[in-house]
Amino acid sequence: MADNIIRIENVTKQFAGGVKAVDNANFNIERGEFFSLLGPSGCGKTTLLRMIAGFEFPTNGEIYIDGQPSALIPSYKRPTNMVFQSYAIFPHLNVFDNIAYGLRKDRLSNRELTRRVNEALEMIKLTGFGSRRGDQLSGGQRQRVALARALIKRPKVLLLDEPLGALDKKLREEMQIELRQLQREVGITFVFVTHDQEEALSMSDRIAVMGKGVVLQIAGPKDLYEAPNSVEVASFIGNINLIDATVRAINGGEATLEGPGFGQFKAPAIDGLKAGQKITAAIRPEKLSLTASRPSGTHVEGTIKASAYLGDRSHFHVHIKGRETPLSVAAQNVDRAMTTGFDPARAVYVSWDPRSLILLKS
Amino acid sequence: MTKPIRAAKRMGDPGGLLGLFAIAYLLFLYIPVLFLPVFSFNDSIFVAFPLKGFTTKWYEQAFADDDMLRALTASLQVGAVASIVATILGLLGAKAVTRYQMPGQSLVTGTIMLPLFIPEIILGIALLILINALSIPLSLFSIAIGHIMLCTPFAMAVLTSRLDGFDKSLEEASMDLGETPWMTFWRVTFPLVLPGIVSSMLLSFIVSFDEFLLSFFLQGQQPTLPVFIWSQLRFPNKLPSVLALGAVILIVSCLLVVLAEWVRQLGTDERKVGVA
Repeated sequence: MADNIIRIENVTKQFAGGVKAVDNANFNIERGEFFSLLGPSGCGKTTLLRMIAGFEFPTNGEIYIDGQPSALIPSYKRPTNMVFQSYAIFPHLNVFDNIAYGLRKDRLSNRELTRRVNEALEMIKLTGFGSRRGDQLSGGQRQRVALARALIKRPKVLLLDEPLGALDKKLREEMQIELRQLQREVGITFVFVTHDQEEALSMSDRIAVMGKGVVLQIAGPKDLYEAPNSVEVASFIGNINLIDATVRAINGGEATLEGPGFGQFKAPAIDGLKAGQKITAAIRPEKLSLTASRPSGTHVEGTIKASAYLGDRSHFHVHIKGRETPLSVAAQNVDRAMTTGFDPARAVYVSWDPRSLILLKS
Repeated sequence: MTKPIRAAKRMGDPGGLLGLFAIAYLLFLYIPVLFLPVFSFNDSIFVAFPLKGFTTKWYEQAFADDDMLRALTASLQVGAVASIVATILGLLGAKAVTRYQMPGQSLVTGTIMLPLFIPEIILGIALLILINALSIPLSLFSIAIGHIMLCTPFAMAVLTSRLDGFDKSLEEASMDLGETPWMTFWRVTFPLVLPGIVSSMLLSFIVSFDEFLLSFFLQGQQPTLPVFIWSQLRFPNKLPSVLALGAVILIVSCLLVVLAEWVRQLGTDERKVGVA
């Protein structure tokens, strides 16, 4: 059995008024991993995090932290610490006292206390900032102080509630790398809440995708992107083209399908597929290629409806006859010629490798 | 004088009518009050124009009066008790309505705020009947009970806005870092709400200190200062010294209000920065 630091068992949280913020969640978080809760706002990810922290208590189910049943233990008795979305830096205390806040109960000698706080300041590269007040720090610095204040308690699990949401894009990308590095150094389990899928993909060992209070899929970043288990997950993580199709035949590992605008096409079969079944076939925009002349492999004909030049790549919307929504195609601009020749209204061919198609039951 | 008119012009009021209105309004509000200090320095026993000359003897007379000093002490005592108790009750009430969801919450808030809207004379009679029924002797103690009831809504209003404005995650962060709710209150909530507490105490004190009707109904042997002043109005020769006393109370009240507001603002700025 894997070494689980957190076990979520049948956890449901129902708020007054009957709304189920979290609906029967069941999963484990392994010791030392970087685990993300990902989903749109209102999907229950923050409620789940707050239940792990002890700010909310589940209506049903049990939460085990390091083997201890903890669902009803108040936050001040849990071996978890949290970095808040607002950072919650105490405005009446300076940086030093903010970081030292949680150590008061440990009855450390003054020297030991100073040594540990200075060590923490060094870790977050804010040596010499101890006497500053919270309002004299930039957003990124405040975020680091919040991080140090939580980590100095040496928690078994560090909980992070959208900690990068308030930072600008460049700083956010820097902090993503730093956070990931820090997590490897300290070896503490991180549970990270975000609605930013790129952020989750680039930082996490595993991600739980949530929607409407339900955990939809838990997987590593690559599996989540390349093998989503539902239409919801597929469309929440990145862009994807969805093709409504009917199964015509199954031949070993390969299914033959038919969909409006596509005619008959092949895709890797999934378990439990039956002929005549309605299903959604999905393919990522970057797995489609655009050519001016008819390609030899699987393809459809279309016309370019719109295009956007993004520097390193270009996006195209291609209208396919018989299909309502245009196909989204992403092309890497690998040579300069790529950037010309695909003007709107031009007839083009869209081709793909059948192995890139994903079948999703709705 | 010309500044508001110019400002009014800038705001698209070419005749300066808005500016004139503002000035007239302020005069209407404050001229009656200004008569108090003016006549308190007038060297005549009659409160009438023309003014006779400058004197400070009414002030000397007022502050040499033992009964007056006893009434002043009584008012200070009642004010101190009322402001402290009302602020404690207000803080508990404000914490309850801002931090917890409970059934009938708006009913509870409404009930606490109600004394603000009940005519004081009704409140006074009702309290008098109640206190008699409970056989509590009429005294400064019974006056203090009435004042606490009257001051609590003010304290609650000041402290609710203060608690409403501060980031709830600060208290959560404290508990997350291992402090119990009780220690969290002392290490985080209290220091952050302190300006609100000071402002609530000053405001409650003024409300209590200036209060007449409840004190009048609930008094025993010892009157408070406003009741004492009222009793002095029967003696025409005492009127100028009452004006002197009134002028002092006016100035001190104004200073306290300004101080209370300043402390409250001070806290607000700090808080805004702290949460942003």
